[in-house]
Amino acid sequence: MARQTALTVKGNMATALGAKLCRPHVVPAYPITPSTLFPEKMSEYIADGELKASMIRVESEHSAMSACIGASATGARVCTASASQGIALMHEMLFIAAGMRLPIVMAVGNRALSAPINIWADHQDTMASRDCGWLQFFAERNQEGLDLMIMAFRIAEDERVLLPAMVGIDAFVLTHTMEGVQVPAQEDVDDFLPPYTPKHGVLDPAHPATFGSFGTPEVYQEFKYMQTRALEDSPAVIDQVFDDFERRFGRRYSRITPYRCEDADVVLLTMGSMTGTARAAVDELREQGEKAGLAKLTVFRPFPGDQLKEIAGHVPGLAVVDRNISPGFGGAVFAEAAGTFVNERQRPLIKNFITGLGGREIFKENIKDMYHRTKQAVEAGRVDQPVEWVNLNREVLP
Amino acid sequence: MSSLKITIGAVNTRPGSSREYKTGGWRTMRPQVDVEKCIQCLQCLAYCPDGAISKSENAVQIDLDYCKGCGICAKECPVKAIVMLKEEK
Repeated sequence: MARQTALTVKGNMATALGAKLCRPHVVPAYPITPSTLFPEKMSEYIADGELKASMIRVESEHSAMSACIGASATGARVCTASASQGIALMHEMLFIAAGMRLPIVMAVGNRALSAPINIWADHQDTMASRDCGWLQFFAERNQEGLDLMIMAFRIAEDERVLLPAMVGIDAFVLTHTMEGVQVPAQEDVDDFLPPYTPKHGVLDPAHPATFGSFGTPEVYQEFKYMQTRALEDSPAVIDQVFDDFERRFGRRYSRITPYRCEDADVVLLTMGSMTGTARAAVDELREQGEKAGLAKLTVFRPFPGDQLKEIAGHVPGLAVVDRNISPGFGGAVFAEAAGTFVNERQRPLIKNFITGLGGREIFKENIKDMYHRTKQAVEAGRVDQPVEWVNLNREVLP
Repeated sequence: MSSLKITIGAVNTRPGSSREYKTGGWRTMRPQVDVEKCIQCLQCLAYCPDGAISKSENAVQIDLDYCKGCGICAKECPVKAIVMLKEEK
């Protein structure tokens, strides 16, 4: 097993360390809470000579992603970081990065969107970017943030994929919290991640070319089909990269990781830092004789419907915990989970719990409450209220 | 269209290939010039938003590779020498 160095770092530094080990050539970034430490660290690595890269200090996130696109088109390895309003501002460029098939990697400090202005943990920013065509990874801990950055480059740059990727770490809970991480050695990451040598085109003044050129009604749909297929076929690459990473560095990743699900009555589906709390809640429920299980979603896009069916297809109840809200329907993960089972003969009853918005704490008691409410639905044999808000303080409502 | 192959990321490595792209296919109405009526005043040439009209020996010529069938030429012609006909597939 590869030799690694133990460090205690904040989440933003973990993603920055992961990015640095991938030796990016260009880092265009615009600082925004809670991701600011990422560009700060990258610029420090460059200033200290630890990383040979160009830092582009842009005037907005829209420009940051535009610069990422231009730099990536030259064949450079490119990364950036953003959050919340920043990701909203770069929205149109996110589509362009994916459509041009540029494997840019972005570290996200998942944060709520205004109004009211709020800088705390929430998955709304990434969920609002769901349809941009990016791969989306969510970390439970700082170690996962570091590891997923390294793996994101390898997956994104694989010529079977060629799509940009986001790695989400929850605002403050991870971005600003110190945690011990194992840092792989540079030579081992060099060995794991081959140089990026794009075959689909390199922006070079000596050989003029048009990138992301005009797509008329005669060909646009075919472009989108080709791009969608690349994302939908990427699980084969993702699983291969996860396996290779485990072989080299000893840490196991799955698109969805089950925990105590085998004989479960209710499985909780979680994403991001809430998973740690949910795991502790599941352990306590098990001690009380309750058959609770947990499924951690690490890859949100492409959505791992195949693995969710394996884990939860034969379970009576599925409780989907969403730290985001698609107003007028429910949580984004709920929509995906429900869609996964829509044509299945054997499927769980599915309940959706909206909680943790804008940094609202998610307690073990909240998780247990979700378990019990889902279990009640299973016992009743029906779901009367599919979407429920948890830990909602009704006293402050007017 | 059948010879066309799309590329990953819509990368086009042949500069100037937009010249090969004909926009006349968008047309639903096609202008037809009556050579006998045309007085070569060139009002149509001046008004054509696509620059698809040129002077010919006895009348004007409309380049159907680029004409989008807007009908401005027919509307502006002072001697009603241009009529718009429905495009048939």
